[in-house]
Amino acid sequence: MVKVFIYPTTSLILSDLVARFGHTPLSAAIEIRERIQTPGLESPPLQITPEEPKVGLRWAAVEVPSGVRGRMSLYGPMVDQAEAAIIVNDADFSFGCMGCARTNELIKYLLHKKGIPILDLNYPRTEDEGEEFVAAIRKFLEGLGGSP
Amino acid sequence: MSKVRIAQLSCGPEYSGVQKEIEEAAASVDAEIFFPDIKLADIRSSFQEFGLDVRSPDLKLAIARAKALVEGRVDADAVFIATCFRCAEAAIVRNELRRYIHEHSRLPVVSYSFTERTTSGTLLTRMEALTTIARRRALLAREVQEGLTLGVDSGSSTTKAVVMQDNRIVGTGWLPTTGVLQSAEDAIALALKEAGVKREDIMATGTTGYGRFLVGEKIGAQLIQEELTVNSKGAVYLADTQHGPATVIDIGGMDNKAISVQDGIPGTFTMGGICAGASGRFLEMTAKRLGVDITELGPLAMKGLSRKVPMNSYCIVFGTQSLVNALAAGSTPEDVAAAACHSVAEQVFEQQLQEVDIREPVLMVGGTSLIQGLVKAMGDLLQTEIVVPHHSQYIGAVGTALLSSGFIKGE
Repeated sequence: MVKVFIYPTTSLILSDLVARFGHTPLSAAIEIRERIQTPGLESPPLQITPEEPKVGLRWAAVEVPSGVRGRMSLYGPMVDQAEAAIIVNDADFSFGCMGCARTNELIKYLLHKKGIPILDLNYPRTEDEGEEFVAAIRKFLEGLGGSP
Repeated sequence: MSKVRIAQLSCGPEYSGVQKEIEEAAASVDAEIFFPDIKLADIRSSFQEFGLDVRSPDLKLAIARAKALVEGRVDADAVFIATCFRCAEAAIVRNELRRYIHEHSRLPVVSYSFTERTTSGTLLTRMEALTTIARRRALLAREVQEGLTLGVDSGSSTTKAVVMQDNRIVGTGWLPTTGVLQSAEDAIALALKEAGVKREDIMATGTTGYGRFLVGEKIGAQLIQEELTVNSKGAVYLADTQHGPATVIDIGGMDNKAISVQDGIPGTFTMGGICAGASGRFLEMTAKRLGVDITELGPLAMKGLSRKVPMNSYCIVFGTQSLVNALAAGSTPEDVAAAACHSVAEQVFEQQLQEVDIREPVLMVGGTSLIQGLVKAMGDLLQTEIVVPHHSQYIGAVGTALLSSGFIKGE
């Protein structure tokens, strides 16, 4: 069983796929709803305090915006634990979404820097692409070992 | 009285741990923050229509929400735009949304870049101004002072009091702020004495400035109001530009205000200062170091050439260092005074005037508007003739005296 970081971390579909193959998804269980009534698209359900951006200093320097550092206080430890990762680029908002592009860039960089197995693919826009998308994820997860 | 509904357009406050502070600041002025309800499916089309191709989804959400407000799909009384300090992408969006809302709606809007250290106290005056504009439009529409009224501006450096009667200033008092209440009492006594009237003859009273709540409570003021709306009103009243656009710049002792005004009512405004280096406090220090009174600094600066002395007052410590080094290297006091004025003007220009639309006439008010060198430096930077109205150092007190006359008949 492998700890798999999923990007976007809010994707319930990715999280579910990883779990089905017997691995542990490293994700943020935030429901993306049809209507957005929170400050951001992936506003955390937990109360973040001004201490979190300071915790985030471990991954990003003080001149990095506080929103990035606050996010890194949540996602940074998950990146540290990750033994594999699935990155879906340019996903539809309904698939899963992370609000800050700078945080996203940093997370992807840190994942690649770890040298762990990474499946990096684009969000499918057609049915054919969708089938290839799921097949690629399945193949990747099977290749990581463990039993479904 | 129903709560003022402030729409929040933002990126990052919840992850910076400051969302609670924003909501607390709004609640303290009887307003509520809400997030315009947007369909997930509409976000992409809205931001594509807007045409600013940003990467961060939360900024796309902010753009979609701004469009919903401007197009009337969501009702609000005011708008608060907040993004992370030091984020370039967000700064572009913040600025463009502020401009877009200002140009396409009547909603008052303020933008702010926060860090994790932002507190509700920092945001209070901005929220108070937003709610005042939304709630007291009728009061702010007042153009003539009536009866006998008293205005007190309890500022961070100085306390000013003005007595007005039948649309004229009849008494003034000006003192450095030491004890907040005592300074206010003394300034009021000076103003009453000059006006030749008694305290009990005053028909309505207003307070503004940092000490407005304390002083207002003590003297039983009918109007206790932040300095952004009051100064705007006072500025256009004294400059006789109550109709049409104007820009008000107030370089204060502790912070600076830049306000874009339409018909005497602020549309967009910024308030702040990275540090005292970009405020009147730096000019006070400069005067002290040059061994002249602050009133002499302006004329001295007019005789000097700022470009002869490199000075950056972004930080008051480094600014003072430049000042000391320049004097040690043989620079003349005139050139140093001019450089100090230019540096403060440049900081305000770079830090704040970029966040409001400069529309002529540009009015400079507050105590620092009496420093001619500073006014000239600002005029050079903006390439316009700056207007300094009479009694400009009493601007807050005049604004409250004017507006408080609205309470005589219980408006």
